[in-house]
Amino acid sequence: MTSVSYSSPSPASSPSSSGRLRERAGALTARRLGTTARVAGLLVVALLTIGPVLWTVSTSLRSPAESFDLPPKILPTGGTLAAYRQVFDQLDVWLLALNSALVTGLIAIGQMITAGLGGYAFARLDFRFKRPLFGLVLATMMVPVQVTIVPVFLILKGMGLTDTLLALIVPAVPTAFGTFLMRQYFLTMPKELGEAAMIDGAGPWRVFRSVYAPLATPGLAIVGVLAFNYHWNEFFRPLILETSNQNFTMPLGLVSLQGNLGTGSISVVLAGVVLSMIPAVAVFVVGQRPLREGITSSGLKG
Amino acid sequence: MSTTTPPARHRALTWLFLAPTVLGVAVFTVVPIVGSVILSFFHWDVIDPPTSAGSANYRELATDTSILTAFGNTLLFMVFAVTLQLATALVLALALQGRMPRWIQQALRSAFFFPLVLSAASISVVMKYLFNQDFGVVNWVLGQFGASPVPWLTSEGWAMAAVVLVYVWQQFGFSFLLFVGGLANIPRELHEAAAMDGATGLRKHLRITLPLLSPTLLVASVVGVINALQVFEQPYVLTDGGPGDATRTAVMVLYQTAFEQLRFGEASAIGVVLFALILTVTALQFRLSRRFVHYQ
Repeated sequence: MTSVSYSSPSPASSPSSSGRLRERAGALTARRLGTTARVAGLLVVALLTIGPVLWTVSTSLRSPAESFDLPPKILPTGGTLAAYRQVFDQLDVWLLALNSALVTGLIAIGQMITAGLGGYAFARLDFRFKRPLFGLVLATMMVPVQVTIVPVFLILKGMGLTDTLLALIVPAVPTAFGTFLMRQYFLTMPKELGEAAMIDGAGPWRVFRSVYAPLATPGLAIVGVLAFNYHWNEFFRPLILETSNQNFTMPLGLVSLQGNLGTGSISVVLAGVVLSMIPAVAVFVVGQRPLREGITSSGLKG
Repeated sequence: MSTTTPPARHRALTWLFLAPTVLGVAVFTVVPIVGSVILSFFHWDVIDPPTSAGSANYRELATDTSILTAFGNTLLFMVFAVTLQLATALVLALALQGRMPRWIQQALRSAFFFPLVLSAASISVVMKYLFNQDFGVVNWVLGQFGASPVPWLTSEGWAMAAVVLVYVWQQFGFSFLLFVGGLANIPRELHEAAAMDGATGLRKHLRITLPLLSPTLLVASVVGVINALQVFEQPYVLTDGGPGDATRTAVMVLYQTAFEQLRFGEASAIGVVLFALILTVTALQFRLSRRFVHYQ
């Protein structure tokens, strides 16, 4: 699994076995060819997966006039930041980025706190109605945002929050999935740790804060990274809940930029797309492990 | 220690731990579900007070051709998208299992799930250019193989195909990660035993790998279906539901009915039916799974 090195067949011990040896060598060559073909096929698929993103980056670095050029070039020819300058002229990129960062950051932090507390309570504390309450949280895990958006919009309108960033943040902080994930995480930790601390005189808050919470960091990282990735890219809720340009988040701003320009200048729109990708790609690079674990355990990606 | 009742102070602390999650879930999920059902029996534009509608909203849903088309499109989209997504992911996960240098394996795995971290809306903006009939890269590449330009976004059948392709391009990485995880849990000895008995290649996969992977396949298809039935960003940006109603989906109709036409009662009925559809399809999958899924 770790390498393709094939040991050559052991030296022929007698002339009569050389025929079989040649046969085995042939089989090995066929296998090696099969491996090469398989890896080549996988690389083609990888190119199809990454290709559109490379094309986006490369085209954003071309002058608007060259952006229609075919055949497509993966490497930019001249390399100019003209498109980026134009994006900053036509779109308040800093404001969009600030809005997205505020919304995404506060949701991620809020989810880590509420899921950490709630998950711990469901895993380690005793209280009345524990089972039905946990069942309720579990059941809401599979309710899609799209189905509840009309009443959620009306509730937020009643609270006077529509067209504010809080409309995106407040409903997204309580997380059924994150709470479930953290509960499972706390359940894997030995009970004895808390009991020992309690014998030493620690109260329930100290037990949580000093004993279990520090151990839960990897689980909290999963909740945070998933929340960041999901909400940074979110489009449906911002489209409905934000109406003034000053409250737009990154994806909303980009789609409106594309609408304003029609098909006028691809490279300008793509420069915007590249800018909006940077934080998501950064999280992909730095937090790939929690991201993969989170995605595998969720199915939350929509 | 656990038999004594905890002091009131401790009980208050427990409820503080729980409050944000339980209250939040109640206010922003449980109440809206109940609210959707109630609203679906009213006409309401949020300006004038709501008026009772009886079952009119549901009857409209059953007769309005545009809404029916949208639900039909959504189901069609689900079948094509989930099938293509699972097949692609499964083939890639199996192909990645074989011998190859570890760094290539890891690079490929990262490449396959990379699109998952991008915004569906922004990437659809990119794809709109790539699938353009006249100057898009997709038609240019096909042209190199002698194909004539495909009207991807402007003809009814091709538009649906484009939406499916763009969606699957971004989503297959999710099923792929599930399969990679599932395959890693299959004991090596089983493969070795099968190989000793002379099973190779496809036969080995059909007889050994697939049955052992069936619980993962179930999860991947259930989640895949739930997500596909909610498709919105791709058709919204790529085709705006067109040409005609060819790529209009249930969530798009819900969005337009509520937030463009301000008919919140009708939109709620669409939401309720969509939710019922999701629950039904999921329940069907679990029923069917009893015959195909083998737990170790």
